[in-house]
Amino acid sequence: MKEFTLRERMTMARQTMPEQPPGERRANFSEVNLGFTAGLAVLEAQRCLMCSRTVCIDGCPVGVQITEFIDLVAEGDFDGAAKVIKRDNSLPAICGRVCPQEDQCEGACVLARKGRPIAIGALERFVADYERLNGLMTAEPPSVRSGKAVAIVGSGPAGLACATDLAKQGHDVTVFEALHALGGVLTYGIPEFRLPKEIVQAEVAQLEKLGVAFVTNAVIGMIDTLDDLLGEEGFDAVFVGVGAGLPRFPNIPGENLIGVYSANEFLTRVNLMKAYRPDSETPVYDVAGKRVAVFGGGNTAMDASRTALRLGAEKVAIVYRRSEEEMPARNEEIVHAHHEGVEFQMLTNPVEFLGDDEGFLTEMRLQAMELGESDDSGRRRPVPIAGSEWTEGVDMAVVAIGNSPNPLLPKTAADLEQTTRGTLVADDETGRTTKEGVFAGGDIVTGGATVILAMGAGRRAAASIDDYLRGGVWESKPAGVPV
Amino acid sequence: MCIFEILEARDLAPDVRYLRIKAPKIARRRKAGQFVIVRATPDGERIPLTIADSNAEDGWIALIVQGVGKTTKIVNLLEAGDAIRDVAGPLGMPSRIERFGTAVSIGGGVGTAIAYPTAVALKEAGSYVISIIGGRNSSYVLLEEEMRAVCDEVYPTTDDGSYGYHGFVTDKLTDLISERRHLDFVLAIGPIPMMKAVAEVTHPHGIETVVSLNPIMVDGTGMCGGCRVVVGEETKFACVDGPEFDAHQVDFDLLARRNRAYADFERRRDDEMDPECVIGRSHTAPGATS
Repeated sequence: MKEFTLRERMTMARQTMPEQPPGERRANFSEVNLGFTAGLAVLEAQRCLMCSRTVCIDGCPVGVQITEFIDLVAEGDFDGAAKVIKRDNSLPAICGRVCPQEDQCEGACVLARKGRPIAIGALERFVADYERLNGLMTAEPPSVRSGKAVAIVGSGPAGLACATDLAKQGHDVTVFEALHALGGVLTYGIPEFRLPKEIVQAEVAQLEKLGVAFVTNAVIGMIDTLDDLLGEEGFDAVFVGVGAGLPRFPNIPGENLIGVYSANEFLTRVNLMKAYRPDSETPVYDVAGKRVAVFGGGNTAMDASRTALRLGAEKVAIVYRRSEEEMPARNEEIVHAHHEGVEFQMLTNPVEFLGDDEGFLTEMRLQAMELGESDDSGRRRPVPIAGSEWTEGVDMAVVAIGNSPNPLLPKTAADLEQTTRGTLVADDETGRTTKEGVFAGGDIVTGGATVILAMGAGRRAAASIDDYLRGGVWESKPAGVPV
Repeated sequence: MCIFEILEARDLAPDVRYLRIKAPKIARRRKAGQFVIVRATPDGERIPLTIADSNAEDGWIALIVQGVGKTTKIVNLLEAGDAIRDVAGPLGMPSRIERFGTAVSIGGGVGTAIAYPTAVALKEAGSYVISIIGGRNSSYVLLEEEMRAVCDEVYPTTDDGSYGYHGFVTDKLTDLISERRHLDFVLAIGPIPMMKAVAEVTHPHGIETVVSLNPIMVDGTGMCGGCRVVVGEETKFACVDGPEFDAHQVDFDLLARRNRAYADFERRRDDEMDPECVIGRSHTAPGATS
């Protein structure tokens, strides 16, 4: 294999991942990114400077040994690279696709200063796919059993990450999922064209091989309370990772017109219930040839807008109250949405939805915004421009302005303390809640965040649950209570 | 993984089936007024169905299903020994059960099945319970015997006069009010026009009235917000805040419009599913009465 000098490495171009051409992909639900070839992966890996100070690893919420795995990719040992990643990240095929790398590992990469960070996400994805597609994934329940049982509530990223670590420690793990399908937001929220569901299913199958049991249709709080799980159901600890599943609406007139969806409902109908298939039994508003507005600037807004395009909408606009710079979505999603023809209507806010006699959405009143002082999030606050309102025709509106924590479980456990925002009070490091034996992590604790942050929280909770189960004591109050 | 086996299946009325399903955990938790989300086939839709009855000891719940859409029609083809793929619940808030002086339970068509468990619970709480069972004709007067076993008075009504009182449930209710009976509480469950009409009858008399709403749902756990209803100017999610609400505060017209959101889709799908259904198909539920 050819060895590059440091100077050569510093000047080589970042390899671009092949993708479906925008004109083609906007008409199908197949994955947009096609992934590195082995050749591209090796070339990209060889660009790595192998810094002694691994700032990329510091940038990873779960501490993947990035330089170590990239070194193996450069040598062509893709399976070995996958195994290195899996020491710290049980779901690399998913994270390689959905992590905001530009804010994490790639953002920290020293080559980022030159605008050419190592494509760590693409490499992670490549080795995970290589391992899966070549049947090299291994999982075996450890022979030494702890004799302890843990219930995981929610099969999203936090729950799956927590389940993996606990299963590897020899605990008996059962994951409870409210829906009929596993994966949480990975299944109902993120579209097929960004994260194929077969990948989620393959990861779940791995966990089953590790000995994890899954129970669907189990709405914890309703069918069993946390006390039931810790009592008669015989679990020694519970991890709550139920996510932030209660959609927020803008609270403006007309938001209950037919055609105004929460992003959760629109995406659930399309992703979980497969409404994009012609033979689907679950309907979704027929947008073929219609005008669609998506409100919000996060990944969910990008997903919803690109989904609407794929359902045949004639015009899709993202309406966001700040400017494109402030959008919280991953760069790649914003770029993809632009390329596919999504319009960006920035510094614009809805004030009213208008409909016809049958209650169908027909128009929206919008107003122009300008950026004022910075707010708590450090972003400049959008302020309405007086007298700037106008009306535009629209057939479907998707509200993607975030979620509140789902109150279903917390309200059935009085001793589980909540913040004023409805999130659970839990220690950031240990995931310990105010209820003995109950840990929590992910969006139910932080409010709407990312897949990888939820996974990180799930992993930290798993370590803390393991401590607790091996004779550690329960501290009555979590330290460092988040506000 | 749970298996939701059907223990008993029988016809209650044309297109209306009684299904007793093995679901021990749901049976143990379930309270009157709550519902389950059911999915019948591998790619099937999720539909909410109110639990009509249950037995914690024997581990079953009962559903009464009117075959109005594809999924309910499929469910109604099942027999004892078959299984339902997914049953999730119990969901929603339980009915508010108190000792009211006199409580009236009004059920229209298959709505009677939903009113039944609450009528039982109201009786158990010590209320004097009057049941009005409405049907388009005698075939759709459901659960009369069961109601008679628990209620103090039972009045079947039919739109066409083929059985019991000739008239709508609201006519019978108006009679009770004009007889100067003191009514403390009314529960009305049935087609939207019926529930709206009951609310209009009781409102001037200040009789506390509760209805159980049936908006379109997907997950049933608060996650999608598809089941938005407006109650007293405020948007509520029927799946987690309801399904029962103060009848005098509900925007019934909005609910009726939102429930027609997919009428075109459903018509197309029904036509594909069963050509015979096209003939004589009515978009009014067969048990509809007002």
